[in-house]
Amino acid sequence: MALKPVNAVIIGAGAGGGIVAKELAEAGLSVVLLERGKWYSPFDCRKDDLRNQRTSPLGQAFGPDDDRNPRVAVDSQGREHIVRASGPGYQNNAACVGGGTFSYGAMAWRYMEKDFRMRSTYGHVSGSTLADWPVSYQDLEPYYEKAEWEIGVSGDVSGDPFHAPRRRPLPMPPLPPNREYEILYPAAKRLGLHPFDIPMLRNSVPYNGRPACIRCRWCVGFACEVDAKCGTHNTVIPKALATKNCELRTECVVKEIIANERGRVTGVVYFDANDELHQQDADVVIVSCGAIESARLLLNSKSRLFPDGLGNRRDWVGRNLQGHTYTGAFGLMPMDIYDDLGPGAGIALCDYNHGNPGLVGGAMLANEFIRLPYQFVSMVPPGLPRWGKAHKDFMRNAYRRAIAVQGPTQEMPVFDSRVQVDPVVKDHWGIPVARLSGDKHPQTIETSTVMAGKAEAWLKEAGAVQTWKKLSGPGLSAGQHQAGTCRMGSDPATSVVNRFCQVHDVDNLFVIDASVHVTNGGFNPVLTIMAMAYYASRHLVKRWKGTRFA
Amino acid sequence: MPVVACGRRGSSWRFFTAEEARTLEAVCAQIIPEDQDPGAVRAGVVRFMDTQLTRFYKPLQKTYRRGIAQLDQASIDFAGKRFADLPAAQQLAVLHHIESNPELRPFFELLVAHTMQGFYGDPRHGGNRERVSWKMVGLPYPPLRGRLRYDFADLAKGELPWR
Repeated sequence: MALKPVNAVIIGAGAGGGIVAKELAEAGLSVVLLERGKWYSPFDCRKDDLRNQRTSPLGQAFGPDDDRNPRVAVDSQGREHIVRASGPGYQNNAACVGGGTFSYGAMAWRYMEKDFRMRSTYGHVSGSTLADWPVSYQDLEPYYEKAEWEIGVSGDVSGDPFHAPRRRPLPMPPLPPNREYEILYPAAKRLGLHPFDIPMLRNSVPYNGRPACIRCRWCVGFACEVDAKCGTHNTVIPKALATKNCELRTECVVKEIIANERGRVTGVVYFDANDELHQQDADVVIVSCGAIESARLLLNSKSRLFPDGLGNRRDWVGRNLQGHTYTGAFGLMPMDIYDDLGPGAGIALCDYNHGNPGLVGGAMLANEFIRLPYQFVSMVPPGLPRWGKAHKDFMRNAYRRAIAVQGPTQEMPVFDSRVQVDPVVKDHWGIPVARLSGDKHPQTIETSTVMAGKAEAWLKEAGAVQTWKKLSGPGLSAGQHQAGTCRMGSDPATSVVNRFCQVHDVDNLFVIDASVHVTNGGFNPVLTIMAMAYYASRHLVKRWKGTRFA
Repeated sequence: MPVVACGRRGSSWRFFTAEEARTLEAVCAQIIPEDQDPGAVRAGVVRFMDTQLTRFYKPLQKTYRRGIAQLDQASIDFAGKRFADLPAAQQLAVLHHIESNPELRPFFELLVAHTMQGFYGDPRHGGNRERVSWKMVGLPYPPLRGRLRYDFADLAKGELPWR
């Protein structure tokens, strides 16, 4: 069925796509926003500790569904596994309106200045495609600010001497500290470190017409029952729809992007909720599906001029897949410290993001989100049996006494850690699925091990009577922080998009999500995705001349 | 569809035979034993497994059927009796034997994982009867909401009024 052509079609209503939809619609472009998942409401929020987006032994709450969306994961021995969305190895991110922002933990980090200049700061790293971004922190600063104020961030970074220069403070104060915070703060001070309140995309006071956090124990992995968590689903997407210039179509799975004989894209072909095929023509196409699905869609969009997929003339689409290597430590306090106050995570330090002798980069360290008993089952010290009386005793004695501190180690991009399309396996709609292969860089594992030691030292200083590390082994890293597969760069030979997220050789095709991240910082990436979406949208709107770019 | 039953004995299971359930109860009782707090059996972990094997774990039905049979056979080979008929100390010895056997270990690990889910997970899935594990670890119930709006806890003084 032929649909009325529009100015812009955006694929994916997550952190990036939601913002682009609002920016373009407010600038007067007609927009269709396609989302493969559903639009859930806070009322769809079941507090289910075995079935949510973070812990999913009985499936995940916000997509993609297990039955229709397989992937192929290739392990380090080269064996292929067909994996389902809620299972290990899938590297899942949510599929729904808001994407990951609907159920995330919502840490709202700005990357540091050096995070955009990793190559200049640390030089060549053997076996890694480590490079500088073609944009600087200063370029993005106004857009970070815009994201903080439009989407809504609480916190207080004034205690962090390492943060990059900023013009305005955060719009909301931090939530009051919980018990872990009260213990960890003075301990960090005693160590000469610089603890402060984590910036969070979460209302600490009423903001943007939504209430403050009620501090329940179902936070990361769950939808917020009072809508206090700020994502694109309850901020920019409703604003985009209010302009009347944007139409949101949910449960629409894009098959491919159509290119014409002049090397430009003309629209997309997608399946609707009834598996019927539609063609949506548009003057410009924006891909915002997350690092794995964005790469998959470009690779699946083959035509005479683009036989290897769009943007893939130099075989860079899908390369450098990265996420974050989380390591840290657990500490057992001598007393009961569980206070049942969500979100739990509240205190962080950035002392170890850079400047670690002999290492490249590092990680922000923070206390962990509040844990439900099932999540605590596997957090046992080494040497403790995984079952039996000893394990039960540990659960009983330790649950209310444990603190976890961990951090996302900045990963060294690896060229052969990648997304391809599988030659055999297809999804429910007959579209070749993503095939994931590769490994972490040894430097990443080394850095993450050092970070675990730093976390352990912090817990020891805080008075933990027993501490143990949570380390990371080899294996592909992507997951909810997936990034890097459509690298941004000035040189078309070694990147996929330019500094404005525009595909090098197709000027009306954009990739606006974490795919463009050259490196992924030692931080949760969402605020950078949002800032980049504002930044790229501004450029797109500025160069927009009715039906084309000038 | 199988008939949904209320009883815990006899053939009231959705998926398991009575014998299979008897074996599993004995295994689960070792994975999370009863002490001053209820263990896996009283928490209804086998009921959780039975329920989920007709739902999300449906693809694991064959794995369970074969796994339980192999477990009982290993018990007979190792200790001369079916698992449920052994005294507790011998049951533990059989399980350690199974853990060291690369062929039998994966199913036992699956049982450990599912036992943990059924014991510590939400009661809505059929296990953790009467929230026994949550009471054991001290998870407050019912959860308090909106505490932030009422500043009745002075953390500095160590007051925890919701205890």
